[in-house]
Amino acid sequence: MDVNKNFLVGVFNDEDVLLTAVSKIRASGVKIHEVYSPFPVHGLDDALGYKRSRLPIAAFLFGMTGTSLALLMQIWMLGYDWPMIIGGKNYASLPPFIPVTFELTVLLAALGMVGTFMIVSDMKPYGWPRQFDVRSTDDKHVMAIDVDVNSAKSRDEITRILRDAGASEVNTKTFE
Amino acid sequence: MAHHSIVADELYIFRPETRTKLFYLLGVGIVLFVVGLIMAIYGGDGHHAEEHAAVKSEQLVANATANAVDQEEAHAAEGHAEEGGHHGPALWVKRLYTTLWMNNTFFVGLGIIGLFFIAIQYAAQAGWSAGILRVPMAMATWIPIAGILMLILYFVTGHTIFHWTHADLYDADSPAFDPIINGKGTYFYWLGSKGGFPTFFILRMVVFFGGWYWFFITIRRRMLAEDNEITNQYWYANRVTSTWFLIFFAVSSSIAAWDWVMSIDTHWFSTMFGWYVFASWWVTGLAMITLIVAYLKDAGYLKIVDSNHLHDLGKFVFAFSIFWTYIWFGQFLLIYYANIPEETVYFIERMRTSPYSWIFYLNLILNFVLPFLLLMTRDAKRQLSTLKLVTPIVIVGHWFDFFNMVTPAVMQEQGGVGFLEIGTLLIFLSVYLLVVLTSLAKYPLIQKNHPMLQESLHHHI
Repeated sequence: MDVNKNFLVGVFNDEDVLLTAVSKIRASGVKIHEVYSPFPVHGLDDALGYKRSRLPIAAFLFGMTGTSLALLMQIWMLGYDWPMIIGGKNYASLPPFIPVTFELTVLLAALGMVGTFMIVSDMKPYGWPRQFDVRSTDDKHVMAIDVDVNSAKSRDEITRILRDAGASEVNTKTFE
Repeated sequence: MAHHSIVADELYIFRPETRTKLFYLLGVGIVLFVVGLIMAIYGGDGHHAEEHAAVKSEQLVANATANAVDQEEAHAAEGHAEEGGHHGPALWVKRLYTTLWMNNTFFVGLGIIGLFFIAIQYAAQAGWSAGILRVPMAMATWIPIAGILMLILYFVTGHTIFHWTHADLYDADSPAFDPIINGKGTYFYWLGSKGGFPTFFILRMVVFFGGWYWFFITIRRRMLAEDNEITNQYWYANRVTSTWFLIFFAVSSSIAAWDWVMSIDTHWFSTMFGWYVFASWWVTGLAMITLIVAYLKDAGYLKIVDSNHLHDLGKFVFAFSIFWTYIWFGQFLLIYYANIPEETVYFIERMRTSPYSWIFYLNLILNFVLPFLLLMTRDAKRQLSTLKLVTPIVIVGHWFDFFNMVTPAVMQEQGGVGFLEIGTLLIFLSVYLLVVLTSLAKYPLIQKNHPMLQESLHHHI
């Protein structure tokens, strides 16, 4: 089976039509590969049956890494490597370290989240994500259906289901 | 006009069982209060302890200051209670007055934040909160009560709590003359003579409570009028009034914090203090709104509220716990690093003085560590069980926060959290809840013609 090569692409004009279409199409037994929309559509993740993203867990781990690194760095630098008396405080005193710790926590959590998100979203610098229909960046909602995954149904049947659900056009798309 | 609301009418019924429970709470509070008071009257060797306290705090300041000049200044600052011939009231009186003033100031926040929350929702044209606005509206009924209490408490307790009320501080011929407080005298006594009747101070108190109450009844009148007709005009009018209120509150909340809390440490000042008190009030108020919504939800009310609305309330409590910590730390770090004796004395009184140091650290655990960790995940903010766990922690935590703002300055080493303080808290809390829930039962629980109710119904995050 030649997965992820041959697609049927349904184009939708309206997000409300899209939302009901997603439910209808999934109910009819067709598996949806992905839906692309020019703006966030509330309730689309639920309609598609997606699980909650695990990105917050990654963010927490990156954040904790930032906290630990910042504290270790400052305690090592000012406490051991090059001790300096500042304002009559101890070499390694916690309060002045907090702002840097906070900033590094936020920085690592943010950069880590962006990096993780780009990798899982297939937006690597050495690749180009597939575009099913360039209008999904403008004013159309685009639904991709992998023909080979849905081999139990014929192309005509899937096209009819898409049309019935409210797609304004149905195109074929093949990737090499 | 034919009139179909999109939600069913709901009326909160303040059930006798709930009322009885609150009266039990009030009873427990009164018993603790009386026991605590008796213990305070007969328990301590008041007069001796007071002298001891004055000597101790002198030493503390002296330790904090490195050189002799500072030591002399500190002596002049702390010593004039004796030199000027003031004989302060008995220890139990001071303790009673302090806890009354502190609790009332804390509960002022639980009233005014109700109005502040409503004003923010209107000014920001928020839709999600349309279904819960009656809860903060009921909370704000506490404003006039808190105002009258504060005015009475000032005249009863003011001389004990506010060092600056002593007239000889402003008398250049008196040995108690204090050039620093004298320099601040106009701020309290403007229009009159220093050391006389604090006209400006009382005027501010009256104008703030009067202004807040006027804004409250104006906004509430429109909120209630909207129940009887479908029109957007009340919403537009409230948006404008709310904006003016927010401007007024921005100024008045800061000045109120200086007047009612910061001026107790008359010599000391912090430019962060207005924000600090506001942040504490705000997050406590948000926790109280969330707690009452959770309680109503549990009792089967507020069908319009689902986990998406709870999520937003949880985010509010989570975010503003962090905001409070940010302000707390901003104030602490600058004073810690600059290490100027006249500023560090505030933290030495609180961090290094035995009755308060545990509260100082507990404050950070209850108001930052616990809400931060317990409300961090999405699921925690969306569930009644976690919200009902965290919001009381935050409310009690900020009570301790206010305790440590007010008490050390008046009581020095003689303060503490005992039956008297807990009893006073329970009395205030039960009366506050009786007032708020009675007010909540008076009007429909849902603002059924709010123009954004539809949006609130479809709120999804």
